[in-house]
Amino acid sequence: MQIHDQPALKAEARNLNFYYGEAKALKNINMPIYDKKVTALIGPSGCGKSTYLRSFNRMHDLYPGNRYEGEIRFYPDNTNLLAPEVDPIEVRMRVGMVFQKPNPFPKSIYENVAYGLRVRGENNKRVLDDKVEQALKGGALWDEVKDRLNDLASNLSGGQQQRLCIARALATDPELLLFDEPTSALDPIATGAIEELVHELKKRVTILIVTHNMQQAARVSDYTAYMYLGEMIEFGKTDEIFIKPNDKRTEDYITGRMG
Amino acid sequence: MQHSTLTAEQVRALIAKGKLKDTLFQALGIFFLGIGLIVIFLLVGDMVLRGSERLNLDFFMNFASRRAANAGILSAWVGSLLVMMVTAFAAVPLGVAAGVYLEEYAKRNWVTEIIEINITNLAAVPSIVYGLLSLGIFVYAFGFGQSILTAGLTLALLILPIVIVSTREAIRSIPAMIREGSMAVGATRWQTCRYHIIPYAMPGILTGVIIGLARAIGETAPIITIGALTFIAFLPPAPFTEVTPGVNAGMFDWLMSPFTVMPIQIFNWTSRPDPAFEINAAAAGFVLMVMVLSMNAIAIWLRYKMRKNIKW
Repeated sequence: MQIHDQPALKAEARNLNFYYGEAKALKNINMPIYDKKVTALIGPSGCGKSTYLRSFNRMHDLYPGNRYEGEIRFYPDNTNLLAPEVDPIEVRMRVGMVFQKPNPFPKSIYENVAYGLRVRGENNKRVLDDKVEQALKGGALWDEVKDRLNDLASNLSGGQQQRLCIARALATDPELLLFDEPTSALDPIATGAIEELVHELKKRVTILIVTHNMQQAARVSDYTAYMYLGEMIEFGKTDEIFIKPNDKRTEDYITGRMG
Repeated sequence: MQHSTLTAEQVRALIAKGKLKDTLFQALGIFFLGIGLIVIFLLVGDMVLRGSERLNLDFFMNFASRRAANAGILSAWVGSLLVMMVTAFAAVPLGVAAGVYLEEYAKRNWVTEIIEINITNLAAVPSIVYGLLSLGIFVYAFGFGQSILTAGLTLALLILPIVIVSTREAIRSIPAMIREGSMAVGATRWQTCRYHIIPYAMPGILTGVIIGLARAIGETAPIITIGALTFIAFLPPAPFTEVTPGVNAGMFDWLMSPFTVMPIQIFNWTSRPDPAFEINAAAAGFVLMVMVLSMNAIAIWLRYKMRKNIKW
């Protein structure tokens, strides 16, 4: 892990363990997340990459029997996101998420994007209009939907729905944006659009992305982490991980001998 | 067994055998379905035929009378309508709140397990038992008397399990990803319920409510138990109308009024010795039937209408 001219830290996992009931799903993970960079999490199915991702917005708190150990430090204020006294709702207000399958609400395009603002108590029509437009532009969807903001979101195509979900997350200006295999339900063209968008978004937000697709990781990310059986095997700059991985297991996975 | 050695004829024979059973089962299904449908059509048809001479506007606008030809169902249908209103107002908030709590808030432990089992059990309690319960609680302990309020609350208790169960089922059919999508932007549980869970569950909840009301409107036993009148020749006081010279009824006076309902009126007529009243009973039975069927039709229409916009 030779990293020179390191950018600022946005978050950092320290000795992170996670349990689904008795089953240990994450084993002592230590990893930095750099500010305004894209970090990709790769690894075979069931390796814990989604579990890890969902720790960053305390999604596991929604279900009983889940338990964290260790810390996820969040900068610049050095908050431990996993601390019991930190409200998961506060965490989710700072950390946005885009899911595997597009999950727009069965409401209008406008209401989908405005929702995050509404739960923050924003009801001023002009503020909402403005923020919805900004977010839809951020999600590269504005030009396609600006004339039908009151249409149902379910009338959009899959790729548009996913970009709407990105806009929904962007509307509240998250500091960190989590992507959980955001293109696995999309066709190659829609996938390309999302990847381009990720590239564009890292100018303003730190991104952590789980992907099954190694080419995607290579294309979109600055840093890559390889996970296997709940462990962080290797973390480094994406070029280095893909060109000369240090660990044999990483190499096997990347070259397709495993996974 | 060497399946690979089957000849083409043997394969065809196998398929033919399988298809024969297919056809047989289908015929059986249609036959049994037919029995059910024919019985309903015969019943309704019989009521229409026997009651047809009474089915006119006067029948709806007349009070009960000693003479069959003059007797109508005015107090009965008004009573049924008002009782249903009270039932809906009481059962919907209670049932929906209980259902939402159990699905969205309650921790999974033995206490909630017991509550869940008991709600299912409540649905199976004979309706007369609800009548006895209400007689003790609403009529005497609370002093509501033999009123529309008592009847409405009794029937609300009766259909509460139906409303709770249908609320929970409707909530369970909402995919987890919608809930997660809402929580992920920083919503609280209540915001998630208020903006998503309850609105998206509404078609299912309404269906449950109306099916519950359709059951309640035909209930006789608990209403008799709490002491509904069988012969009544006046309507509950409408709000702000003059009841006795110089005295106006209050907004909610009708709640405390004595009443009768459709099934009791029917029961009363069938137990008269004069066979002319059987015509009234048949006509009233048909009206009740139409009331129930239209409620179900409304439920289906509402569900269709509301579900059109809810797609995951």
